Amino acid sequence: MKYVEEYRDPELGKKLLEKIRQYSHKPIKLMEFCGGHTVAIFKYGLRQLLPKNIEMLSGPGCPVCVTAAADLDKAIALGKIPNVIITSFGDMVRVPGSYSSLQKAKAEGADVRIVYSTQDALAIARENPDKAVVFIGIGFETTAPTVAASVLQAEQEKLKNYYILSLHKICPPIMKAILDRGEVKVNGIIYPGHVSSIIGSRPYQFIADDYHIAGAVAGFEPIDLIHAVDSIVAQIEHNHFIVENTYRRGVKDEGNIPALRLMDAVFEVGEANWRGIGNVPASGLNLREKYAQYDADKHFDINVPPAKEPKGCICGAVLRGVSTPKECKLFRKTCTPENPVGPCMVSAEGSCATYYQYGEGYGR
Amino acid sequence: MPPITSMEKAMEDKILLAHGSGGKLMHDLIQSFLSDIGNPMLDKMDDAAVFDVKGKLAFTTDSYTVQPLFFPGGDIGKLSVCGTVNDIAMSGAKPLYLSLAFIIEEGLPVAELKKILGSIKKAAAEAGVKIVTGDTKVVNKGCADKIFINTAGVGIVPDGVNISAANARPGDKVILSGNIGDHGIAVLSQREGLKFTSPIPSDCAPLNGLAAEMLKATKNIRCMRDPTRGGLSTTLNDFAESSKVGINVAEGQIPIAKAVLAACELLGLDPLYIANEGKLVVVVPAKDAAAVLAAMKKHKYGKNACIIGEVTAEHPGRVVMKTALGASRIIDMPVGELLPRIC
Repeated sequence: MKYVEEYRDPELGKKLLEKIRQYSHKPIKLMEFCGGHTVAIFKYGLRQLLPKNIEMLSGPGCPVCVTAAADLDKAIALGKIPNVIITSFGDMVRVPGSYSSLQKAKAEGADVRIVYSTQDALAIARENPDKAVVFIGIGFETTAPTVAASVLQAEQEKLKNYYILSLHKICPPIMKAILDRGEVKVNGIIYPGHVSSIIGSRPYQFIADDYHIAGAVAGFEPIDLIHAVDSIVAQIEHNHFIVENTYRRGVKDEGNIPALRLMDAVFEVGEANWRGIGNVPASGLNLREKYAQYDADKHFDINVPPAKEPKGCICGAVLRGVSTPKECKLFRKTCTPENPVGPCMVSAEGSCATYYQYGEGYGR
Repeated sequence: MPPITSMEKAMEDKILLAHGSGGKLMHDLIQSFLSDIGNPMLDKMDDAAVFDVKGKLAFTTDSYTVQPLFFPGGDIGKLSVCGTVNDIAMSGAKPLYLSLAFIIEEGLPVAELKKILGSIKKAAAEAGVKIVTGDTKVVNKGCADKIFINTAGVGIVPDGVNISAANARPGDKVILSGNIGDHGIAVLSQREGLKFTSPIPSDCAPLNGLAAEMLKATKNIRCMRDPTRGGLSTTLNDFAESSKVGINVAEGQIPIAKAVLAACELLGLDPLYIANEGKLVVVVPAKDAAAVLAAMKKHKYGKNACIIGEVTAEHPGRVVMKTALGASRIIDMPVGELLPRIC
């Protein structure tokens, strides 16, 4: 397959890995901020292939994992209102809130439908004019523009029954929050691929300038990721910190301007509640006042009891990169993908599910 | 023009609750079935099919529900015959007789039922099995999703054949009969209205002919299974777990059609976990592998067969894939529904 096979070339990969082995012996901690990267790193066994001095950590990059239990509780409560159809991306339905999940709510009679895009949600709204169709807007800058586009489309079509529960989050502020906490000493960051295809590579510049941390925007194939690690290691060796864009086929430095404009037209930046991290200023996207009629939060009266986290679950620490799933007492015992306790075990892109699914060097 | 019978009139459009109530409509509906799939044993319409068998019996049952009912390369009718035929064939048995039971949601267009019956007839003829007993129920609208089909089947296991998921031994070879993922992607793309430039047809097919050819090559087949729901990964994990052995497979050796691979890349799905309906995977002693592989390649449903891995005494219960870059990772069973990724 074109544009895929080239980036899986084992010979090229082996050469790059050898190069990294040759010039780096310092202990280095790298963090990736993208669930897709976490999965790719495990799927291709990159942690095993990199030299021992390079440690890879996973940050809060899985869009469903970072959704706060309180926000999920809201989504579930919305589903229980008569004549409401909940539309959601797939993984989200399995994530446990404080008391239930969308999947359980569905089994109990809520009308929860998995959609592939907001276009599907709009179609459902058109077909069901007598019902309220709520789209659970989760995800980072990658998904927010398409949600913004759907709001504009709903406006244009004068759809009166389409609503967004906006739980969108944005990446650079959470990176800053993780670095400011200082819980993990990160030397390098693998910047997310899909998010950067929207925002570009420039918004991370402050991390190189102010925090003196190396970084590279990476794609999702093994060569992409090895290339990014190579760039980061070289930056650390030369004490010269930049944001290198190693994913030029997908990411422009300035980002996707029309998508950014769309996002800005519909959303404004506000505080967001992150699972395991709490409220982080200016890290979320809320619908602008102009589009309040599409805001599920404003339209529906949602009352949920205070959220609670599952007992013993360390998803919060895992999301911050402070702990690995293996350090959790529940991991593989009471918490498995079949019977998940925390969100990181539910989502296919969650750290715990990834550790479980792929093992590390199959030493479970 | 001959007068229109009550049946023909009712058959003009939709299945009615009355079709399931045992009266005239029911009788006429059954008669119309018989004209499609009938044989002397079924035509008797006795309460039970009575037949002679000699030898060790294989007996299986499965229920079928698929949305949409019709997809590229097959439909629920073909699936309900092939699925049960294949389950029998995977024990090494020669499938002989099937039962066929419908639960139909009121309102199903009769034309669709006819089409499904046509597929059943065709698939049964290809597999060389007879449908000898059956049942039809019609339920209220909303109590079923268009149509559910249950089939059960019996077959005879030849002497000297002993196939079980628990029989794999270290050193054995693992052979796959062809490309994986076709069925799951065909159904998913049809269901979700995803259009690819070249539509991906389901691989749905009866595999008893292929299995028979393989058994002619050697009776030493240790494990054999059709990797349906849960995909290849689930079947390999079943073998590893039941036999208390490890299985090693190599990335890049598992055949996958380019279109399926592309669809999987697009949707964020792993072809290892996607259902197949016309593939089988076998474990055979290394010394018999070449003969079995040759027999498979000669058959129309095994043209793309290849050795994908081997059984090892290491890491019992686990399936490990060696990646092209030289790392290794566990291939686990899938959990829950397969869902496309978010971003």
